[in-house]
Parts: sequence; structure tokens; C-alpha cells
Amino acid sequence: MKEVTKNIIKKDAFGLMLGKPVYTNDLAPKDSLIVKILRSPHAFAKIKHIDISEAEKIEGIECILTYKDVPKNPITRAGQGHPEPSPHDWYILDEYVRYVGDEVAIVAGKNENAVTKALKKIKVEYEIFEPVLDFEKAEEHSSIIHPEKEAHSMFEIGFNAPKNIAASYEMQIGDIEEELKKCEVVVKERFYTQAQAHVAFEPHSATSYIDMHGRLVIISSTQVPFHVRRIISEAFDIPIRNIRVIKPRIGGGFGGKQAVHGEPFVAAVTLKTGKPAKLIYTRQEVFESTYRRHCMRFDVTLGATKDGKLKVIDMEGLSDTGAYGEHALTTFMVAGSKTLPLYNKVNAVRFKGKVVYTNTVPAGAYRGYGAIQANFALESALDILSQKLGIDPVELRKKNMMNEGETSPIFKIMGEGREGAEMIIKSCKLNECIEEGMKLIGWKEKYPRIKVSETKVRGVGMAIAMQGSGIANIDMASAILKLNDDGSFNLLIGATDLGTGSDTILAQMAAEILNVSTENIIVYSSDTDLTPFDTGAYASSTTYVSGHAVQLAAEKMKKLIIKEGAKKLEIPEEKADFDGEFIYEKDGNKRVSLKELATVLYYTENQKQLVADASYVGKESPPPYMAGFAEVEVDIETGKVKLINYVGVVDCGVTINPNLAKVQIEGGIVQGIGMALFEDVKYTQNGKLLTNNLMNYKIPSRMDIGNIIVKFVESYEPSGPFGAKSVGEIGIDTPPAAIANAIYNAVGVRITQLPITPEKILNAIK
Amino acid sequence: MRIKLKVNNKTEEIDIEPHEILLDVLRKLGYYSVRRGCDTGMCGICTVLFDGKPIPSCSVFAARADGHEITTVEGLEDAKAFAKLLSEEGADQCGYCSPGLILNTVYLKKIGVKDLNKAKIKLIGNLCRCTGYESQHRAITKFLGVTK
Repeated sequence: MKEVTKNIIKKDAFGLMLGKPVYTNDLAPKDSLIVKILRSPHAFAKIKHIDISEAEKIEGIECILTYKDVPKNPITRAGQGHPEPSPHDWYILDEYVRYVGDEVAIVAGKNENAVTKALKKIKVEYEIFEPVLDFEKAEEHSSIIHPEKEAHSMFEIGFNAPKNIAASYEMQIGDIEEELKKCEVVVKERFYTQAQAHVAFEPHSATSYIDMHGRLVIISSTQVPFHVRRIISEAFDIPIRNIRVIKPRIGGGFGGKQAVHGEPFVAAVTLKTGKPAKLIYTRQEVFESTYRRHCMRFDVTLGATKDGKLKVIDMEGLSDTGAYGEHALTTFMVAGSKTLPLYNKVNAVRFKGKVVYTNTVPAGAYRGYGAIQANFALESALDILSQKLGIDPVELRKKNMMNEGETSPIFKIMGEGREGAEMIIKSCKLNECIEEGMKLIGWKEKYPRIKVSETKVRGVGMAIAMQGSGIANIDMASAILKLNDDGSFNLLIGATDLGTGSDTILAQMAAEILNVSTENIIVYSSDTDLTPFDTGAYASSTTYVSGHAVQLAAEKMKKLIIKEGAKKLEIPEEKADFDGEFIYEKDGNKRVSLKELATVLYYTENQKQLVADASYVGKESPPPYMAGFAEVEVDIETGKVKLINYVGVVDCGVTINPNLAKVQIEGGIVQGIGMALFEDVKYTQNGKLLTNNLMNYKIPSRMDIGNIIVKFVESYEPSGPFGAKSVGEIGIDTPPAAIANAIYNAVGVRITQLPITPEKILNAIK
Repeated sequence: MRIKLKVNNKTEEIDIEPHEILLDVLRKLGYYSVRRGCDTGMCGICTVLFDGKPIPSCSVFAARADGHEITTVEGLEDAKAFAKLLSEEGADQCGYCSPGLILNTVYLKKIGVKDLNKAKIKLIGNLCRCTGYESQHRAITKFLGVTK
């Protein structure tokens, strides 16, 4: 392969790094009204009265909107396919406020000063209710977070608002109780994972204006431009055709931007005033009023025979979706569907639970999307089982895990919000991942622990993980290739590059098929007017789903070139071929360069534009796999954990751009380390977020991560473009469990609640 | 009040409010490489060189910069050389934090830092959420000429 599998530099590298104006805030019209949001100081209240009269008098204020001024259409902000498996329980503005930071009023003015002053002058009288702050007490709580009659689900998702339940789910294969009776060893344990914040460094940003045709144009830092267009259309009752959403460069997303955030507020201002408007979230607003990861609790029961054959997995979960039910059902289902198939040899498996509303920051999509939460629980429980059995945890996994050529009934039963798709795993090199990881970490020499001093002990631990590649039968992508008159190509894609380099790898794929250099492919991504439909950059779908669409479009383009080339050469089509530079006669001497053909096609002979398009929807979602190994040093006097090494060995099929794939994994591992060790979310007693800045909410710095070693095993996924599977999310999944297991192996304490802070370790040691 | 700055060797005069922050004033002047990350001086994204030394521009009043020299990534000679090394490692990713990292790393080269661990400590305030740092360290190693 010529272009694919090469470390080609990202197309936007120098523009991004050398400071070109490319992000939403840089591109907002210079005369944009500044938009800010008055936010609720209460976790749960009803607005009795709002007085905006004093605020309106401030010079420079252009408009102040309250719930009385905007349509009350129940929507979900979740950027998912339609109909969404998330309840429609959110309004542009509502008379109820459901968390500290919820929107009360939209203020727009000519400058920031005026708007900030106006925010302080708005007088709101609230009827304050008792908030639901503890997700374990949400169900049947006397406070009902969504009492409004408008809230509804789009189809059956177990939505039960009067009980504060956003979604619920249950599946079972085999007879759990009967099978457990037959097991010689049983493990029962409860695990908790916290609400991680995304901390994409570009804050959520949106700007809007009315174009010359009277259409609403939104420029937004979003992972899902097409969903934004549809949701805004629903929220404001304006036809989709009258809205255009442009996605410029995005400063990181990680799932946090798989939703509408600022878009409805700038749109409301622009629709009201006819003027351009922009809303750039402050860091505090990003923490308090966008998305965070769903906290989850899992009760895990494992049953096995004495010789280490895993017979039963029973997982009962409770997930906290916060004030709105975005991604409630789907993150919960993914917790099951992206962990349970790992151990496909069991006799009985059950997965059930509820997703509850609380009066806290809404939860949403976040890299790992449920899988990381359940992976921590399941892979910690596996290690507990290995201790009970006296079997090396690596051996226990090898004995029970999925192998190439196998399947799991879970694939068909559990999709994302509905049934999944059956599949036989055609690429799974977990075994090789584990072998390589053991070598790189030095498992045999280091397991379980080495005492390095009187107070410091090093331990190693590991975990395995799987993810998916897009959502089967739901995620759809399309691509258009256009031949230019100099022989270069435009690739138009709806796929949304968030910084991952997807524009580049998709260009590499097109270049590979066309046998041209990647430089000859000029990519334009994500503008709902100009690029074809794509469900968006989430669920690890871009390489696999969008990549497939690009591959198909490029194959079509190649055929078109050969057809038109043959006409030009006056030979039958079957006798012509294309080598990337020339269209030539297979058994003769006639040839014409692509550049010349393109020029004559557009200016002189057989004049026509060559355009090829293709769409793709995945019929399955082949999982990438990973084995993660952690080596930690625990100070038994202080409980402090130092991460020495983290080894991640990954099977993501063929890596289209090995450098970019590696950085995706390294970045995922570091976010997983953050979730495992530091990232902690704290609220006041009244439900205000305390960890609302980077002083209080610690993400890993470059000194916190030890050495990260990433390797790929050779693998080929026949259903993927050029043998590729996804690589976006898998990296984040293993660190919580692998680090917890390493800490146990070092000092013999099992921390079941993330993050694993020094206090927790020290308390457990004592 | 009116202040005079030398930004990337170009003299700029601008009216500011007393409370205005250097970051905002630089953006008003069109230096879009200066990006806001955290508002609290914690992330290093808004770094500029102030009389040749790195500072977080979100935590400095613009008035303080009156008469001083500011360098942003647009005006930094070695920026492209380091950006090339970063891109060869795939360490650019979303790119939002790159200008701040580049300014700080070029400064480290200027003051002769050649030890990766020392560089890491100096760059501890340059946070990145995409890359996981390792790819940056591979590029920094090459750029500073670190001998391992």
C-alpha cells in the first residue's frame, strides 16, 4: 500500500499549530452580539417571576430572552440518530431549573461589559425544591425532576419520569441462579465510577447569523453538525432547509461536543434580532453547564469452577444521567455490550439496571461511553476471582476470553438503544496483545510486587478491553469526490475531524484507491450545505464507517476516470486502465494523463464534471481490542500512587496512519489514567459544582503519567476499509481496572470506587 | 487608556479599558494564535513571550504590557521548525494548545535546556488533553537535542 499505512502529516497541522484563525471564536462575525446565559444558582427550583426591566435599560443590551420568549418544544440535546434513544426532556428555556448552572435567561448585547452587567440586574424569584443530589436515592424520591407533561421518549426505553428514571434495561441469557449454584467460587462486589469531565481545551462555542437568503447559519464547535441542524429545526419549528451548520476546526471533543450546547441560544438571539451572535463558554461554564461522564454503580457477580472456567456474569447497574436524560440508555447499554462479549464462554449472563435523573450537571457522551465504567467493574472483579482461585489473572483471562472466529449472543441482543447486529469476530488478536504486553511490562519478573524500599512497593496489574467501530445499522456516512481541472480531487465529507486527523486518513484512503498522492486530495469536511450526510464523529465510527464511504466513492471515481479516459483515447473501456497518473491502453501505447483529461473534460472535449459519491452504513461493528498493563509504585506511608509504566497493546486492524493511531491510543490512556487516579467531581451540599476550574479539577500533567508504551499487533479486519477497525475510544478503557489491579497486587488493598486517591488507599491499608 | 505594544516586532497602539486582559487585547488586534483555555493561568494555552519570557496572557492586565515586547507564535522564528517535528509525530491533534507549547519549548531551547526531564518539569503547566504528551516528548527530545 502506497498512501494507507503511512505516517502522513495531518493536512491541517501547520494551520492549527501556527495559529491560523480556524476555530469558531476566530471565525465569528466581528460585529456579533455577545451572548451570555443567566444560570440557576439552585439545584432544583421553579421560576416564579423574572424581572428584566432594569437589565434591559443597560446601554448596549439588545435582547433578553426568558422561557416566555422561546418555543417550548421538548427535545434532546444528545446528537444521536433519529429517533433518538434519549428522552425528549430539554427545552431552550424552561420555567423549571434542574441543576446549578441550568439556563434561566439569554442576554445579548454589543459588548461583554454590558452583558455582564445585565446578568446581575435580572431579578428572579424562585420556588425552591429539595434537590435530588444522591443518585442512589433518586428513584422514588419525593422530588420529581421532570414533572412536566411534555417530556417523553421517542420509543420504549424504560422512561419513567414520575420515578426519576430516564431509562432502564434488562437482558438475560441462561439461568443465573441455577448456574451460580453449580459454581465452586463466587465473587460479589460493588463498584463505583465517577463523573469525569471532558476538558476539551477549546470551550464549547457557537455563533450564528442570517445569510442573504434569510437562512439561519450556525458555526459551531460540534462533533455532529447534521444532528445540530435537525435539533435546532425541532427546537425552533423552522424547516431543516432554512438552517446551515458549519463545523470549522474543533479544539477537542471526546464526546462532550456530541450534542447541542450553545447553538440554541445564539440561534434564539439571531432569530429575534436578525443580528449575528456568539456564545463562547467560559471554562467554569464548560464544567458546570455542558456534559460530564455518567457516574455508575455496578454490582457484579461472577461464578466459576475451581479450574478457572467462568460460568456466570451478572451485572446490575445504576447510572446517573444528571438533570437531563442525554445518552442515558445508550451509555448504559454500551456498558454491557462492550464488556460482556469479552468473556463469551459463560453459561449464563445477565445485565440490567436503571438510569436515574439527579439535580446535577447533565451527563452525556464521553469517550469510552459506558464501556470504561463497566470495564473497571468487570475487570476488577475478574482479578478478585483470580485471587480466590489462586490463578494468575492473565491466565484466567486467556482461559475465558473471546478469540478470533468466535461470537457472542450479546452482539445481537444489545445494540445502542435497540437490538444489535450478529457478527462473527473475524479479527481478534487479544492473545497476542496480552503476550506482547506481558513482555513489555516485564510481567513474569514483576508480578505481583517488588518491594523497592521500606515504604514503597511496586505492583503490576492488567485489564483487557473491547470497543466497537460505529453503531451497526445506524451510523451512516457518505462521501463525494470531485475531479478538478488540474487532476486534483476535492473530497467532501460529512465526517467531523475533531483533531484526530480524520480528514487526513480519509484522504489517504481516497488517494490509495486512486493511486495518487494524498496531497492531491483536498478535503472539505462538515458543512451541512456543502458536504454529504454523516451521523458524526462519535461511537468510534469515522475510520470504519466514513472510511468505507470514502473507499467506495474513490472506487467509483476510478471507474469514471477510466470510462472518460477510454473515450478520449477512442478505445473500449475494458481495454483502458488508470495508474494514478495516466489512463492507458492495457495492450497498446495510447495514453493520456489525468491532468490533460481533466483539462479537456472541462474546457474542450466531451465536457462534463466528474463526481462520484457513495454512502455506507455498517452492518456490524467489529471491536478493536486492547490489553493494558500498569506498573505502579505505592507509598504505604502516604497512599500516594506513582504510575511508573503503562503498556497498551492494541488490535485495531490495519492502522491507516500509524502515528495518528498511536497518538489516539496514548491520549486515551492518559484520559483513562486521569479517571483512575485524579479526576474527581465534588459538589457542595446544595449541589453546586466545586470542581469547576482546572485548579480544583485535576487532569494529568506530563509529570503524572510515567512512561506510556503503545504497540499495535498486526491484524486485518475484512469488513473494514483496508482492514481497519476503529481506534478512537479503545485506549481509554483499560487504565482504571489495570491500575486498580496493580495497586491491589502492590499493597493488597482493593479500591472499588474511582478515583483511587491516596486517602482511599491509606484508609484501606489501615 | 491608550497603550503601545510591540507585538512580533510591529508597533501596535490600542485603546483599552483598565481591567482588560492581555489575552483579549491581543485577540482584538488579530493575533488569533493566542487562545483561551482555562481563564485561571493553569493550562498554558494562552502563553506569549513577554519581553522574551513566557507568561500566561490570561493572567496579565493589558495595561502592564504598555511599552513591552510581546511575541506570539505568528512572530516566532523557530516555531515552524518545532511545529514540523510535532507534526511528524502526529503530536498536533486538535492543535488548540500547540501555540502555547511551541512558545514555551522554543524558550527552553533558547535558555539551553537539554534534559528531557527538566523540560517536562518546565512544561508542566502546558496541559494537553488530546495527545497524552508522549508524542510531544518525542518531538521535544529532537528539538532540544536531548541526549538520552
